[in-house]
Amino acid sequence: MMNDEMTSADESRNTDLAETPWLDPEAKPLIQIQGLTKKFSGTTAVDNVDLNIYRGELFTILGGSGSGKTTLLRMLGGFERPTEGRILIDGVDMATIPPYERPVNMMFQSYALFPHMTVEQNVAYGLKKDKVPSGDIKNRVTEMLELVKLPSLAKRKPANLSGGESQRVALARALIKRPKLLLLDEPLAALDKKLREHTQFELMNLQEDLGITFIVVTHDQEEAMTLSTRIAVMNQGRFEQVGTPGEVYEYPINRFVADFVGNINLLETTVVSSAGGQIRLACEATGGELTAHCDKNSAAGSLRWLAVRPEKIFINKEPPLTDDRTVLKGIVLDLGYFGNLSVYRVQLPTGTVLQVSAQNRHRTARQTVEWDDEVYVSWDIASAIVLDR
Amino acid sequence: MSSKATMGGDGRRRWLRRALLAPYLWLLLFFLAPFGIILKISFADPVVAIPPFTALLDWSVSGLAIIQGTFDNYVFLFEDNFYVTIYLSSIKIAAVATVLCLLLGYPMAYFIARQRSALRNLLLLAVILPFWISFLLRVYAWIGLLNNHGVINNALMALGIIDQPLPLIYNDFAVYIGLVYSYLPFMILPLYANLERLDLDLHDAAADLGARRWQVFVDVTLPMSIPGIIAGCLLVFIPASGEFIIPALLGGSDTLMIGRILWDEFFINRDWPVASAVSVVLLLILVLPMIWFQRLESRQMESAT
Repeated sequence: MMNDEMTSADESRNTDLAETPWLDPEAKPLIQIQGLTKKFSGTTAVDNVDLNIYRGELFTILGGSGSGKTTLLRMLGGFERPTEGRILIDGVDMATIPPYERPVNMMFQSYALFPHMTVEQNVAYGLKKDKVPSGDIKNRVTEMLELVKLPSLAKRKPANLSGGESQRVALARALIKRPKLLLLDEPLAALDKKLREHTQFELMNLQEDLGITFIVVTHDQEEAMTLSTRIAVMNQGRFEQVGTPGEVYEYPINRFVADFVGNINLLETTVVSSAGGQIRLACEATGGELTAHCDKNSAAGSLRWLAVRPEKIFINKEPPLTDDRTVLKGIVLDLGYFGNLSVYRVQLPTGTVLQVSAQNRHRTARQTVEWDDEVYVSWDIASAIVLDR
Repeated sequence: MSSKATMGGDGRRRWLRRALLAPYLWLLLFFLAPFGIILKISFADPVVAIPPFTALLDWSVSGLAIIQGTFDNYVFLFEDNFYVTIYLSSIKIAAVATVLCLLLGYPMAYFIARQRSALRNLLLLAVILPFWISFLLRVYAWIGLLNNHGVINNALMALGIIDQPLPLIYNDFAVYIGLVYSYLPFMILPLYANLERLDLDLHDAAADLGARRWQVFVDVTLPMSIPGIIAGCLLVFIPASGEFIIPALLGGSDTLMIGRILWDEFFINRDWPVASAVSVVLLLILVLPMIWFQRLESRQMESAT
């Protein structure tokens, strides 16, 4: 396909930028969303959203229920008309283009398989509507069912498929027209945990092999982290942050993102002083001053939040001796053993509870830290995130 | 397991079983028993007596039971072109009325199913509302509308559109009006129940895969509403083919429907055995499509599980 014919000049330009087209100012986005707004009788579901998505991306829109993520997806599919703003796909404005003429296909959360058609007929439906010759349809359907590893189920009706099988049929049906863009609404939500993990990787491989751009909508932050090239965290119709999984997790730009993506300890603080990339914060919750890295200088007295991920915190029975660490003393209030890791809830003398997680690196049935133990929790000051909203 | 709990469970189950018997008892008392009587009479000979037919079971002098039955009545029905013609004409009238109800009812049911729930309930109420008035009264009301000096003809003449009253009543046209008017709700309700359940994601999915609106209807909506269509058609066709009041009040002398013949045989000719045979044959004609529908439905249930 297109990718095979890429010239060597293209390849040699910059492999880094080929992997991360959103950093390349010359790259032409496949999808351009500009000032997109959708209002439903008074409530704003999607609020002035701008976004560029590039060819070959597996882009995830992550948000809770009511965040507007599904509405955004449905506007891309053409099932909802934007109140304001526009969507361009490959430079073409989609405003007047109905769903049946868009170079976009969608996999529905409910899968929406036609119950009165067999698996084969379901998958063939899109090609039939495009008046593809029946011989071609047959070949392409066979090929597609092999791709999703379901060739033996061609004659079955959807009612006789398992959840995982239905998901694959829905995927096959959405992929058969080789769309420029595939929209996936909670593609894995209906599957059980084991199958979900397995399918996640299959989905990623499939996307890479076919080179089709995917936009996935999900409420599951783990799913978003493993699948995506980039994530947009959506809340109340707006994007809180758009970035790679690493950026969103390690460098959240506000409390919502920090809290929504993964677990985090949030401490309310006021600025004491800031200089030379370091900031000193007074924290009532820990009963003292805390230090963190921060590029921006902040006025003394202003409100800040210090956020620390549980896995960045160490837990010891002896006081750690290293410098540049924040060390606090506390008592183990709660302990959750998950096999691979343990999660501790440590109460400080002030009453504040911090969540700490630690890998269980040593093979032992006995935990070294137990309930009610007096412990020291500490973190590298570079691990703490300073947030101003 | 404590014995007390088992007994309690048994007792409850016994009660449940008794409760489940109630509909069967109902059917036995009010359907099967009368039907047995009718079936019995259909094999008897007419006599001028009370009751006006011979007994099926008799006791001989030697004390033996003698069953005296005859198929004459049935033979009579099929020998005489008259009855066959009327059966066919009844079926034709009922079938045409059913198709008209479907053509009118489908868009209505579809429209109602696509409304907001508040408006939907209001529209459904409007569909059911006529049931609150006696059926007979509603058919009589049509006489007032369709008469030579009825509302419609008077209005048209007053407006100068026609000089002579249109022949709106006492013909097949009036019977169709009456049938469609009376049985339309029986078409709308099962269709609505079916269309309302239809997953709208399926419409979006079809559109997404390249189907235009009419193609979405033909490929998805229509095939998925077939159970509703069949249910609605049976609910209209079955009572319409045996209908008596509508052809009696609105039909002309040449409107041949089996319900009227049944009436005539019973009350005018006082030939109960022939009348019974007429109704038994009618029942057979109607039961066969019912059995077919049941088969279809159970097969669909099987494929759904």
